[in-house]
Amino acid sequence: MQTHIAIEHFSKNFDGVEAVKNISLSVSKGELFGLIGPDGAGKTTTMRSLCTLLPVEQGELSIVGLDVRKEVRRIRSRIGYMPQRFSLYPDLSVEQNLLFFADLFGVPKQEKFQRLQELYHFSKLEPFKKRLAKQLSGGMKQKLALSCTLIHTPEVLILDEPTTGVDPVSRREFWLILKKLRDDGVTILVSTPYMDEALLCDRVAFMHKGQILALDKPDKIGRLFPYALYEISSSAPQKIQNHLQSQPSVQTVHIFGDRVHASFRESLSAEQLATIQRTAPEPIAAMRQIEPGIEDTFLELMKQVE
Amino acid sequence: MPDFAVFTENLGKFFGGFQAVKNLNLAVEYGEIFGFLGANGAGKTTAIRMLCGLLMPSSGSGAVAGFDIFKQGEKIKRHIGYMSQKFSLYEDLTIEENIEFYGGVYGLARPQLLAKRQDLLQDLGLSQQASTLTHDLPLGYKQRLALGCALLHDPKIVFLDEPTGGVDPEARRNFWNLIHAMAEQGKTVFVTTHYMDEAEYCNRVSIMYQGEIIALDRPEALKKQYGQTSMQDVFIHLVDR
Ligand SMILES: Nc1ncnc2c1ncn2[C@@H]1O[C@H](COP(=O)(O)OP(=O)(O)OP(=O)(O)O)[C@@H](O)[C@H]1O
Ligand SMILES: [Mg+2]
Repeated sequence: MQTHIAIEHFSKNFDGVEAVKNISLSVSKGELFGLIGPDGAGKTTTMRSLCTLLPVEQGELSIVGLDVRKEVRRIRSRIGYMPQRFSLYPDLSVEQNLLFFADLFGVPKQEKFQRLQELYHFSKLEPFKKRLAKQLSGGMKQKLALSCTLIHTPEVLILDEPTTGVDPVSRREFWLILKKLRDDGVTILVSTPYMDEALLCDRVAFMHKGQILALDKPDKIGRLFPYALYEISSSAPQKIQNHLQSQPSVQTVHIFGDRVHASFRESLSAEQLATIQRTAPEPIAAMRQIEPGIEDTFLELMKQVE
Repeated sequence: MPDFAVFTENLGKFFGGFQAVKNLNLAVEYGEIFGFLGANGAGKTTAIRMLCGLLMPSSGSGAVAGFDIFKQGEKIKRHIGYMSQKFSLYEDLTIEENIEFYGGVYGLARPQLLAKRQDLLQDLGLSQQASTLTHDLPLGYKQRLALGCALLHDPKIVFLDEPTGGVDPEARRNFWNLIHAMAEQGKTVFVTTHYMDEAEYCNRVSIMYQGEIIALDRPEALKKQYGQTSMQDVFIHLVDR
């Protein structure tokens, strides 16, 4: 497989603070690669460096085989980048913004209208195409910014938290577009705070404090979780959580929507399970062992490097 | 009017010929965590701005903390906290300047403000960085600072417009611990989010679509009613049409 994004021993300092510490990873052509991790982990710094927007002092970065330090112009013409804060033209309409970016990227006419339709389907912005960008809601602005980035088809797409503020229905549509681009051979590097999106990537890297703590297929990341994990259903998850937090045998406990995830050093015996159910302050409707997921592992890995 | 934290009857808002909010009917109890969900552009921010006395409604009626949203906007501002979708901090002010600015907006007396400022900086673990530019703070801190500023005058009702947008799973859990703690103190929390696991943490939620509320109930009741296992599925079921 051809490598489209290569990062080797990359480090980056800002005024003596190490934002990224000696990371290496490579993304193949046509791969959809996710970066996850808390705020300040170094994801944006890595992405901006790949996009030739920050000087690279330590390590080697290349995109489609071109050295990020030397081939600034050529790289910029072959990538699409959506920063966390993308600037639209507030006094242009939705449609004018889209056409402006289409022209900027030199998108051929036929392709332009087909792509516009696809993007309108995802963004649901077509009824508002005459509205000025500054009059859009927060999520609509975000969707317009995304559409402006996706109006052309670069070889490599780098998207920094593209779906912040986007509603669940549009997020699903957006990921269908990403998958389609991926299948057409576009290489995509995307960061996201949504764990359901991380699951949709081919591979993900978990970054924290400038380091990569895990890198694997999303359904494999759970293997790093060190304890036996149980899912508990109850109508009072908050109270169950508070109760379990004070139990010495419990290693971790977190709320997941209407469920509680609690972990123990080892799998519980039937007797131990019964005791937990009996002593809980609120009725437990069900308690069963589950495979740790990416979010369980995320929360655990964050603790380990404190 | 009945005694609700937030009460509206057929509240509406036009922007020119476009109706962003249509016949909004809400009755939120004191002490409730109310999730105000909806599709992008459904009218949530517009409705919140009307409820906070920041935008004049076009039709209907409403009261927040017992004050009329048409006539008593100034009173409302003193009795509620509002955290806007963009966190509403001044990025080019320092942390302590932001706190002082909001203390001023909410009419806190000087000694009270200084005490609150110290408490807040301590809670955030930012006492040493009080004179750092807000711009340089990590997102998680900005979010908690913005919340702290919205709470300086100890309001009974807080409106949080997407407080956890772009925030990672751990920071979101920490933020929701703060929300639960506020509710335990008896505060009413009116919150929007696009993270559907957070919808599960609310006492009741409404789902808005094209200016209208299309569902409103406890999360368990909505899941049951629409035969779905999660709020994410309820949302997609109702909004994807
Ligand atoms: N000043 C304005 N002029 C014209 N239309 C406006 C104006 N402000 C808001 N709108 C429109 O009102 C509708 C509702 O916007 P609002 O910001 O309330 O949505 P929202 O539910 O908060 O969405 P999001 O989830 O994306 O934040 C949108 O269609 C928006 O474009
Ligand atoms: Mg909004």
